[in-house]
Amino acid sequence: MSSVITTDSLTKSFPRVTALDRLTVDVQPGVVGLVGSNGAGKSTLIKILLGLAPATSGTARVLGLDVATDGPAIRERVGYMPEHDCLPPDVSATEFVVHMARMSGLPAAAARERTADTLRHVGLYEERYRPIGGYSTGMKQRVKLAQALVHDPQLVLLDEPTNGLDPVGRDDMLGLIRRIHTDFGISVLVTSHLLGELERTCDHLVVIDGGRLLRSSSTASFTEATQLLAVEVAADDDTPHLTDPDTAVRDRLAAAGLTVRPDTAAGELGGRIMLVEIADEGTYDIVRDTVADLGLGLVRMEQRRHRVVEIFHDGDTDHLVDQQKKGSADVGAV
Amino acid sequence: MSVPSEAAAATPRTGVIHNIGYRNYTGPRLGRGYATRSLFVQSLRGAYGLGRSAKSKVLPMVLLAAMCVPALIIVALAVSTDADKLATDYPSYLSNTSTLFGIFLAAQAPVALSRDLRFMTVPLYFSRPLTRTDYVRAKFAAMAAALLILTGLPVVILYLGALLAGMDLGHNTAHALYGLGTAVLYSVLYAAVGLVVAAATPRRGFGVAAIIGVLVVSTTVAGIAWALIGGPTGSPSANWAGLLSPSTLVDSLSTWLFRLPQGDGPSWPPSNGAGIVFLAEFIVTAAASYGLLLRRYRKF
Repeated sequence: MSSVITTDSLTKSFPRVTALDRLTVDVQPGVVGLVGSNGAGKSTLIKILLGLAPATSGTARVLGLDVATDGPAIRERVGYMPEHDCLPPDVSATEFVVHMARMSGLPAAAARERTADTLRHVGLYEERYRPIGGYSTGMKQRVKLAQALVHDPQLVLLDEPTNGLDPVGRDDMLGLIRRIHTDFGISVLVTSHLLGELERTCDHLVVIDGGRLLRSSSTASFTEATQLLAVEVAADDDTPHLTDPDTAVRDRLAAAGLTVRPDTAAGELGGRIMLVEIADEGTYDIVRDTVADLGLGLVRMEQRRHRVVEIFHDGDTDHLVDQQKKGSADVGAV
Repeated sequence: MSVPSEAAAATPRTGVIHNIGYRNYTGPRLGRGYATRSLFVQSLRGAYGLGRSAKSKVLPMVLLAAMCVPALIIVALAVSTDADKLATDYPSYLSNTSTLFGIFLAAQAPVALSRDLRFMTVPLYFSRPLTRTDYVRAKFAAMAAALLILTGLPVVILYLGALLAGMDLGHNTAHALYGLGTAVLYSVLYAAVGLVVAAATPRRGFGVAAIIGVLVVSTTVAGIAWALIGGPTGSPSANWAGLLSPSTLVDSLSTWLFRLPQGDGPSWPPSNGAGIVFLAEFIVTAAASYGLLLRRYRKF
């Protein structure tokens, strides 16, 4: 299967900062997440992939076309949804998307037809005739997505599409992104600074930080390492014999064969939160039973969403893996 | 609908792909040239409020009426009095109404550019086959065309009226063409100046005020300079002051190019050599504005 995006030692330097540093990735068709904290180089990469900014060195190909020479051909086949607001408030979604479809080269009649279809697919119905200024953030994001899809591209680049959405809106948007690939047959590159939300949506994740590639692998291999359960317990008056309930729980869980470590990234509060690696469905039961046996209160038990900086704060994958292993070993030895 | 094989292969997890009605587009993609023309038409219509709210049609339509009604009155008078000559020459009709199309420029140049900048729509254009040059070209052409309609229409009305009144065909045809030539000069230079100012600010209000400011202040400065150098006492060199503002520049240039009678104020180059300088300034200003616009959009 041919690659959708390939980059080879792609570097982009600005006078004072290196936005991309010898980035080499190979993205296959599907939904691919590009994860990085703010300023990691995600938007710069998208600009280069659209052929809008020249790379300082290295090469990149999108849909088999060279970004340096085939910019217009690439932009004809690719859709782009920017991170920032980009909608004029005084026109309706229909008028706006029709205009953008024509800017992509669609004849007037086809532009109207595709606009009606696309707005329906992203979930905008009657409101599409009203001025965009009155839309909610979720509806605006859908219009932005629609203008990226209206010309039926082979690939869409979505820059932080869940930004500013509430949890429900976020889930809707992620579901929509999934459907762009499964139902529409369009490959997706979606960026986010939240690893957790992309885990559920993407087939493949690419993590960059400071313009360098930290990791590129299938979501399955990613989630193996990152499925964690945050547990917080509280002693109550009935259990005076437990001077240190956290240690007691930790020992018990370790004895039950689970890997436990303190949540180092959460700061002050972190002392009270334990991260338990989820081995299988039974992990939840073990945690529950352990806490109940000790007569403690279970304050928190939640699947943890990682922020990239949390996992990769050293910016080095090998080091990270070592650290995680070491961390586990330490806890196991206690 | 046939599902692309790559989609099926890349999602083994879902297994079945449900057809919920997404249709692929298989029709023509007309490319850059078509997109540029569409943008031109949309921007030109937008300058007259077409395809926009009813409110935004008011000012351009009032100005279009204000440009044409005096011409209609002149024609009506000429026809009814059976005059053998129009009350005004075609090019001087335009120099007398330059304030009106100056207001039109100030109101509509920001509409053409500031909106896309303010609402950050520009990156959406450039993520399509359209290039920055195409965008600037379409907007420039649309603004100039909108001005040309505004300035050309009264000239056409005057000419038709002159024919209707049975005036001298040769003289009127020649001077109507001079009038259209002057309209082109005004349209190109005003569009160039207005768009550069409008592109500098995403705030429409600032753009409007700045364009009016540039036109009014420069015309005033040209008038004052003309008076100080000795224009009122008949010193020809005072007419160099015409270089100082877009309106006097075009006025002077058309007087010289079309060998029109010299009027009052800084409205004619003092010599043929000066005429070339005026022409050079016109070309340089228009070209530099176009270059500045391209530069403005380079970073998107």
